[in-house]
Amino acid sequence: MSETSSNNGARPVGSGAKLVYVSSVVLLCAWVIVPIYFLLINTLSSPETVNSFPKSFFPEFDFGSLHFFAEFSGMITALKNSITVALLTMTMSILIGAPAGYALSRFDFVGKNLFRLLILLTRAFPLPLLALPLAVMFIQTGLDDTTFGLSLVHTTLAIPFSVLITFSLFSGIPLELEEAAWTLGCTRLSAFRKVVLPLILPGITASAIFAFVISWNEVFAAAVLTIENRTLTAFLLQNLGTSPLHLKFAGGFILVMPALIFIFAVRKYLFAMWGIANR
Amino acid sequence: MSSRILPYFLISPVVIFLLAFFIYPFVLVSQQAFQGDSGAWTLSNFQDVISYWKFPISLRNTLLLAVAVVPIQLSLALLMATMVSRMNKGRDLILYVWTIPLGISDLAAGIIWLAIFEQSGFLNSMLSGLGLIERPMNLLSYQSPVIVFTAIALAEIWRATAIMLVILVAGIGLIPKEYYEAADVFGASKWKQFIRITFPLLRPSLQTALVLRVILAFEIFAVVAALGGTLFPVLMGETYAYQFDLLNSGAAAAIALIILGISIAFTMVILRVLRVPKGASI
Repeated sequence: MSETSSNNGARPVGSGAKLVYVSSVVLLCAWVIVPIYFLLINTLSSPETVNSFPKSFFPEFDFGSLHFFAEFSGMITALKNSITVALLTMTMSILIGAPAGYALSRFDFVGKNLFRLLILLTRAFPLPLLALPLAVMFIQTGLDDTTFGLSLVHTTLAIPFSVLITFSLFSGIPLELEEAAWTLGCTRLSAFRKVVLPLILPGITASAIFAFVISWNEVFAAAVLTIENRTLTAFLLQNLGTSPLHLKFAGGFILVMPALIFIFAVRKYLFAMWGIANR
Repeated sequence: MSSRILPYFLISPVVIFLLAFFIYPFVLVSQQAFQGDSGAWTLSNFQDVISYWKFPISLRNTLLLAVAVVPIQLSLALLMATMVSRMNKGRDLILYVWTIPLGISDLAAGIIWLAIFEQSGFLNSMLSGLGLIERPMNLLSYQSPVIVFTAIALAEIWRATAIMLVILVAGIGLIPKEYYEAADVFGASKWKQFIRITFPLLRPSLQTALVLRVILAFEIFAVVAALGGTLFPVLMGETYAYQFDLLNSGAAAAIALIILGISIAFTMVILRVLRVPKGASI
């Protein structure tokens, strides 16, 4: 179930109803896009314009705010930290989550339901709160204030998703394909590498991207667990009270940018992660 | 490796990981919450937290936000999901646009709505452009708690409706279209089809969507920090303040457990109210 099909088909509707329908679709699109456009205007305006009144509704394509952002002490380091943590999270959540997704889709084993329950339980839980006790544990183990320590917490956030997505992806590939490879002399491992992996790779990429976004966007745990090595979200949060408007807006824009691209890249798989959880 | 051991081998990394970073910290946080400075078991952390003057306010604010935001998100997501399900042309594009906020962090969403609501922001610019006001008003101040609340609620609705939309669209996709064809044959109106077919069959998805959304609603933090700052205290913000400004991790753990308790209680209620009768799933 990688894509849900439109189930009702087209129905004949009156032109009045159609007008209402089309205009509500347009309105709802505007509701999503216009606020982002406002942020874009502020980002592409000089700091003076950002702090002046009234605002123009068109960007002046001045890179002063972005330049200020890049020059702001600690900001580039924070950006680098964010990327490092997100990449670590992405790698770990796939390496750890995908085998479990494969096991869920291919085997019946004692404790399978218990395992699924554990996975679902993590989603019914305000996970970032667990950063509080981990702060103590990390100080004891020397993981405090490191990108690796934070990425461990972010991986915990991302694992339920990567297990569920890979489970649904593996379920979409018939076991017969693998069995055919076994009869042709492949071992389980080589059959997986030569037959399943190529088919699954795009989906795995999408799931990895999703893990990246989860980590990139996370605020609370990042703010609790890092002090010197702030990530971008934690850095912006810490400086919310003191930083000038143009810095906030440029920072916000940098946070939003990857989201736009990533959601576009994973759009086909968005439904696989939830469709499976419905049954 | 035999296929008896193999599945356990494959799931062991996840199990170990969740034991270390999910179950164990949960035990730790409970311990922290119920232990005093001397290490003895006590409820004093909870007493401290609850008797603090900000606690009732932040509890009320958090609940109010959830009550205001979640029903609107649910109706909006249901509306969008039904609209998308009838769409043929441009469905992918529209869905992409509507799910963009899914990838946007709460902090970024707060900053986006700050661009609209701050004193020299776009709302004031629009109002003055229309000649409704002469000078820009300070919208996000302690003198206008209603506007602060509205701004935070709007940002939350804007950001987090997408996650419900995705779950509901996936759920609608699972409903066999024969049901609708049959309903058409018997002359049921579109509204009746929605009430009698879509809504009941969508119950498992509604359950998932609501549980997830309500839990996230109690975790609200960065949107509030960006828009309201200290004007609008919420539970998660108090947890952060205890940990960092007051350096009282026992109290922070106690609030964390209170948030957890509320989340679990609401999850139970939702599961109970929307329970799916056995054998009635598709």
